[in-house]
This record gives sequence, structure tokens and C-alpha cells, in this order.
Amino acid sequence: MKIEQILDRRRAVVSEGGVRVEVDVSLLADPRPGDHVIVHAGYAIETLSLEDAEERLELFRKLAELSGEPGGTG
Amino acid sequence: MSEESALARQLVSEIGAVTARIGRPVRLMEVCGTHTVELRKQGIHSLLPPEVVLVSGPGCPVCVTPSGYIDNAMKLVSEGRAVVATFGDLMKVPGASGRTLASLSGTGRVKMVYSPRELVEAARSSALPVVFLAVGFETTVPTILSSLMDAREQGLRNLLLYTAFKTVPPALRFLLSDPSHGIDGFILPGHVSVIIGSDAYAFLEEDGGRPGVITGFDGMDMLVGVLALLRLIQAGQRKVRNAYPRAVTREGNARALELMARTLAPRSETWRGLGAIPGAALGLQDWLADADAQLVLGIPPAEDREAPGCLCSRVIAGVSLPPQCGLFGKRCTPDDPVGPCMVSSEGTCAAWFRYGASR
Repeated sequence: MKIEQILDRRRAVVSEGGVRVEVDVSLLADPRPGDHVIVHAGYAIETLSLEDAEERLELFRKLAELSGEPGGTG
Repeated sequence: MSEESALARQLVSEIGAVTARIGRPVRLMEVCGTHTVELRKQGIHSLLPPEVVLVSGPGCPVCVTPSGYIDNAMKLVSEGRAVVATFGDLMKVPGASGRTLASLSGTGRVKMVYSPRELVEAARSSALPVVFLAVGFETTVPTILSSLMDAREQGLRNLLLYTAFKTVPPALRFLLSDPSHGIDGFILPGHVSVIIGSDAYAFLEEDGGRPGVITGFDGMDMLVGVLALLRLIQAGQRKVRNAYPRAVTREGNARALELMARTLAPRSETWRGLGAIPGAALGLQDWLADADAQLVLGIPPAEDREAPGCLCSRVIAGVSLPPQCGLFGKRCTPDDPVGPCMVSSEGTCAAWFRYGASR
């Protein structure tokens, strides 16, 4: 979900697929409009570092092709 | 075919190749209830070779909560001592009497919430104490604490928590302490790890540990997680890998962890199916005694009694699979559940019932 607007130190409006809902952002250190966040039970619990889609596919591609080597991406 | 689905096929084929190289059956425990559901809902289980057995771990919070907890909550409602607020799952779990909190809805003293955020208004509008059934793992715990702090900052002292908070790492340590556990590796939870960070699993790399891979929840995430875990098993490497780096850091969510450290202390509490696990539960610190429902309302310890014939406790421990239970799909279904593993949307039995019982 994407932060659209910070209302106060606790509340923000997030959107996904055109649906806007209010969530609590008090568990985030520095929430900003435009951040993508994971929301659990009405609370944003983390900001996602969004690798762009191409980068993510590249990662999966490497994982699929590698053989014999232990996997893992971090 | 999209590039993503071509890649998924490649991942599945590589999973098959690595499994063949391992050359024996492997048991992977998915620790988290959300994985239990998503692996089956998205059909990942049906793409894996038969040698890869997925067993569910103790990561369904409702499932590991002892039955006496429900009885205690129902007693508060029926005696008119409090309004009991809860997430929906717990409404349908039968207590020892076979009755549920939902059966007490008519009293007006049972309130279902979707988010702990609703508790502040619930407390404001209630003359009675509002007792929240504070059940959950590390993902949910800080959200409930945040709401409690919000209520207190607003001067509302009638919001109480009946804590049954559980923590994942001590439970894994406990499972591994049984020499007959038979687990080859762990599919580690995504959202619990968002809060606690990947370093919290360092103990898995020590003697007696097992490899683990922190895994996200979309189909590709889960295929990658399974493949990474199988490769560790094949290489005999007792390592923890993070295959969900876009959300999980080594340190976790500092604000959430700070809030938990300031308000909670480890306790030993009964886990259904596993017994009392040292330090694997969290209770409120002394300075929050006036928010602790057990102290304020004198709630007795929760006994753990299982319905006759129910294998939920063995399923939670990864010892039995749902179809091995004589009640599964017959006397016990999501519409008329006997045990919590069938009640909770994250329960293993419910996931097997809804999305197919093959493996």
C-alpha cells in the first residue's frame, strides 16, 4: 500500500487499487507520502524497499538458473 | 507465457533437481500460519516433488492459545464484569464447554474488531472495562501495544489487555530441543521477521540448529524460499538466509522493538500442543499492572483441555497431519469446527480443508 497523505504523527491515508483507508503509522520511524508500506491489522509495520520489477525478476532468474550453489538473496 | 510464469517453471524444475540430489524425503516446517494458507491457496504445495513434505509449525496464534483462555474470556462476559473485544477468529473457538464467544453476542458485551485501533473508541464509549483478547505473535503485538499507549495518552484507563502474546524464536528452539523432531529446515515467517529482524534467528546456525529461509508471501517468493532452503539442506549448510529483503532487515523494526522492550517482559505460558515453553510468551511489565486484565480482574491461569478426538495439538507440533485426525472433514469442518486448527483462518486444518488435502 502507498502512503497518500500524513494526517498527524499517528494517522495516515494509504491507498491500494484506488481504495483509500486510514492506517496508524506510529510504528514507522519516518513515514512519508509515496512510501510503500506493509499494513497489518490497521498499522503500517514497515516501509518496503521496492526494487523495480525488472530487478526483482533478474534476482529470480539468477536463483532459477544457479544450481548446486546455496541460494538466498541476502 | 509471461516471463514471470516462465521463471516460476524454472524454479519448480530446479526445486525438483535439488530434491533429487538430496535423494531422500525432506520435511520443511512452515512456521507461520499465513504461509500455511498461502502455500496451499496458491497451489505451491502441488508443484513440489512428493519427497518434499510441508509440515505446519506453531505459528497460528489462535491455535496455540489454550482452550481455558476462551473459557476465562466467556466468564468475564457472562458475569457482566467487562466488555470483551477480540479479533474475529477467536469468536468461533469453542471453550471447554463447547460454547463460543459468538454465542454471547446477544449480551452486548462482546465486540469484534478488525484492528486494535478500534479499541480506543471502544474504551471511550464503555462504562465497563474493555478487555482485549491480546492474542498474537510479534507482528501483531506492537499494534496492540500502540493502541494501549494511545488510549493511556488520552487518559483512558479502562482498556485492559488479557495477554496471550507468543514469540517465535523460543518456540523454534523448543521444537529443536526434542531429538525426534525430524525437521530438515524452516520456512521462516515474513511478517514476524519484519518486526524481529533476521538476526533473531542466529541460534538456528548453532549446534542442533537447522537451516532457515525468511520468505515472503507471493508465489514467486515462496518458490524462491523453498528452493533456497533445499539448497542449504543439500549443501549441509546450517545457515539462515533472507529471501524477503524488500521487507526484512537484519535488525527488524526498531520502533516496534523499542515499544515492546519498554512494555513487555518474557513469561513462560502454556502453548496448546507444546506445553509451557520457557520465555516464549510476553506479559505486561509491572508499571502497566493496571492495564493487565489478569491482575485487575483476577483471571485464573488458563487450563488446556482438548476436545475428545481432536489432534490439533499434534498438528501444531508438526507430528500429525490433518487427515490423520478422525474428525477432520467429517465431524470437524470450518463451518462447525471442533478444534482451533479448523477455526482459525490461519489454522492448518482449515487450510487443508479449503485448499486440498494432498500433502
